[in-house]
Amino acid sequence: MPVKTMIESIRETLADEMARDERVMVIGEDVGQLGGVFRATEGLQTKFGADRVVDMPLAEGVIVGAGLGLAMSGMRPVVEIQFLGFGHQAFHQIGQQVARLRYRSAGRHSVPMVIRAPFGGGVRTPELHSDAFEAFYAHCPGLKVVAPATAHDAKGLLTAALETDDPVLFLEPLKGYRLQRDEVPEERYTVPIGKAQIVREGADVTVIAWSAATQLALAAAEELAASGVDVQVLDLRSLVPLDVEGVAAAVSTTGRAVVLHEAPLTGGFGAELAATIQQTCFYDLIAPVHRITAPDTPYPLAGVEDAYVPSQSRVVREIKALMEVAP
Amino acid sequence: MTRFTPPVEAIEPFRLLDTSGSPLGATEMSPAATLEAFEWMLLARTFDEKATSLQRQGRFGTFSSVRGQEASVVGAASALDPSRDWIAPQYRELPAILRHGMPLENFALYFMGHPGGCVIPDGVNILPIQISLAAQLPQAVGVAWGLKQQGKDGVVTTFVGDGASSEGDFHESLNLAGVLKAPVIFFLQNNGWAISTPRAKQTAGRTFADRAAGYGIHGAYVDGNDLLAVNAVMTEAVERARSGEGPTLIESLTWRAGAHNTADDPTKYVTDADHEAWIGTDPIERIEAYLREAGELDDAARAQIGQRCAAEVERALGVAQGTPAAGPSALFDHVYAEPFARFSQQRDTWLQTKEV
Ligand SMILES: Cc1ncc(C[n+]2csc(CCOP(=O)(O)OP(=O)(O)O)c2C)c(N)n1
Ligand SMILES: [Mg+2]
Repeated sequence: MPVKTMIESIRETLADEMARDERVMVIGEDVGQLGGVFRATEGLQTKFGADRVVDMPLAEGVIVGAGLGLAMSGMRPVVEIQFLGFGHQAFHQIGQQVARLRYRSAGRHSVPMVIRAPFGGGVRTPELHSDAFEAFYAHCPGLKVVAPATAHDAKGLLTAALETDDPVLFLEPLKGYRLQRDEVPEERYTVPIGKAQIVREGADVTVIAWSAATQLALAAAEELAASGVDVQVLDLRSLVPLDVEGVAAAVSTTGRAVVLHEAPLTGGFGAELAATIQQTCFYDLIAPVHRITAPDTPYPLAGVEDAYVPSQSRVVREIKALMEVAP
Repeated sequence: MTRFTPPVEAIEPFRLLDTSGSPLGATEMSPAATLEAFEWMLLARTFDEKATSLQRQGRFGTFSSVRGQEASVVGAASALDPSRDWIAPQYRELPAILRHGMPLENFALYFMGHPGGCVIPDGVNILPIQISLAAQLPQAVGVAWGLKQQGKDGVVTTFVGDGASSEGDFHESLNLAGVLKAPVIFFLQNNGWAISTPRAKQTAGRTFADRAAGYGIHGAYVDGNDLLAVNAVMTEAVERARSGEGPTLIESLTWRAGAHNTADDPTKYVTDADHEAWIGTDPIERIEAYLREAGELDDAARAQIGQRCAAEVERALGVAQGTPAAGPSALFDHVYAEPFARFSQQRDTWLQTKEV
């Protein structure tokens, strides 16, 4: 099976889906001629023309809002936000309009649109580019939110997102674009939206993560294995819908849960998971649910980002400490 | 009486120098001010060249050079009085913020990713460098409004790119400024590009300057590679704003001579023909030719200016590179005026464990 990078997987899936379905369009800043600042859409304009791969004026609000209109009119737009940090400029459209058009029109209209955006840190971007703002969007009923950790799941979830009649925010790990490489089948397939996956079996503690943090959890798990801690890693893959059964099933086997994310602690999606776990697994827990996150501070300049984004050594240390907690 | 507004005719940008630096008419900028402006332009070019080469060696972060836009930026800044006027920058206006009082080492530190680069010394009237496009514009209007409200005579100049001018914030700001008659100048640098997106994909309008009419404010369309023309237009706009006659939108027609930033490869989208059209319009060569022709600059003076610029860049980069790396505690500085218990506890726990 061919091994692909995350970015190749996304690019090829877009090409496959555009070839299959004429309604699929790609719109965004620098997506056409340049092929995207990270080359996620490279070659698409040459292949499918400037009417279907469109370099938009620099305004996220109108890019997303017009995407809604395109979707409503019968197209299947894939909208790129160059960095999730600039999703703020479109938030009035995403949170208030895209997410709830179905609801507001009593089911008459829907928004079959995919909003793609890279997010997360660790790559020394300039200021305001790297925040992990997934929790904002998970808080918008009507919108689905997925965040693949592998090239394989990127293809499967993007394909599934394009089949969905609801709007889907498809979050891509900035750090994983070229770093993450894994096997991607040639044939078309979907990964179900709303299903988590155990990506490492382990008996002592369950780490729940998504996107780049899943890879961090796996690396920490390897390191912990050497000290005799057997870590299970659950890759959440979808934040909305949340796979409550999958989370509960995983945590109930170990009795210890750690949620790992790059976003700040307060109001982060880890809080949602912690509450869900204590509600579904209360009697199986042998330690409090632990959150490993960034601090409650703005994403910093590149020179200090290593102190901000959870590191492998921190994950290892905090899991070791959690193992000391006796029931 | 017409049913539709009449079609617009092509217009030429306002110009005081031809491309070879010969005056087309009377000039208004004094020789001393012109020489000073020339030095700011050369300082920016010197810094850009040095920082770009450091970036290639991994010793400087991603940054956007002002190369090709020096006359535009300096022409605008030179019309301002740093002691009472304000600048709300985008990110490509190095010489403007330097002239306004920002130390070059702070700018360098910022793009080296050091939090010390965010420091704006007391009394320096500038807003932070803005990365989120057009977000500075509503803020600039607010500052201008506040100055007016308090009876102060300061004027706010905000820089914005052709790309950023498509954002809603741009239009909302011009509209509000017009309604308030706020003392603010929107200095739009049309450098032809927003990363890879050409100007023609931002607007179907004839010029960006034409938008002024729609908001009931003054508009100007100026050759941004002509220092004297930019300065003349800007000076008039500042005087007007200061005397209570409201805002101006200035479109400065220029050209981004380099890449968008050090991570960008413009050969993917800028054609040779595009680039050739720029050659011969270098704003530094143009004003230098003018100064020499006017007898204000000779080889010896030129060499001295060059040496001063090189020394200043060397000094600032030396300070920046000699600044100790910021530690994790920097994460928690300046987040709240008064840290509260939960925040302080988090900080203490965070800093207990030393790691990178
Ligand atoms: C709100 C927002 N959207 C997208 C970006 C990413 N981005 C950075 S610079 C840029 C192009 C800006 O073009 P322009 O305003 O013309 O300024 P120039 O770089 O040409 O000086 C883009 C799209 C951003 N920084 N902020
Ligand atoms: Mg531009």
